[in-house]
Amino acid sequence: METFFITVTVFLVLIISLPLFRVLRGPTVFDRLLAISTIGSKTIGLICLLGISFGRLDMFVDIVLAYAILNFIGGIAVARYFDLKTSSNE
Amino acid sequence: MSEIQTLFAIVLILLGILLMFTGSLGILRLPDFYCRAHASGKADTLGIMVLLAGLAVYEGMTLTSAKVLMAMLFIGLTNPVPVHALARAAMRLGLKPWFSGPASHSPGVEPE
Repeated sequence: METFFITVTVFLVLIISLPLFRVLRGPTVFDRLLAISTIGSKTIGLICLLGISFGRLDMFVDIVLAYAILNFIGGIAVARYFDLKTSSNE
Repeated sequence: MSEIQTLFAIVLILLGILLMFTGSLGILRLPDFYCRAHASGKADTLGIMVLLAGLAVYEGMTLTSAKVLMAMLFIGLTNPVPVHALARAAMRLGLKPWFSGPASHSPGVEPE
């Protein structure tokens, strides 16, 4: 079971590194922001898997909750920034 | 730990990994920002929820498992919201959607 979780964690790291291409080569700034938000939300699953691997899921779940809240607030803040920019242009 | 519980957890975790891979592939390969918002907002959210459900099943009936389920509900509620807000901001900033036609050309999309 340990081997399974470590294998899944390695695959998840590979999957997380795929949208980095979109962060580097995104045509618009929204593509970059969307890829960053995707990486952040996938990291939540990665932290949970690491918690299982370390045998301390009770501690890592709190980190996951804090990380999810930070990801949510960051995305909302960036979107609000662009909205305010459009409304100040008009 | 019973065998059925472990098997169910493995199936859920592999399904979540597969859905997250679909989301990453959509981020890479879809032609437009709005199409990519679909991949990030739906496939990724479902993938993370299924993965966390699998971890909760593996953990068993404990307080930690309840907290994992709470995190799953929170992510299911909050993960599509920034994607929607970003798409709305892009629409208000005037980013044109991609149409598959010969006459249309959206910015940043390589021609087929």
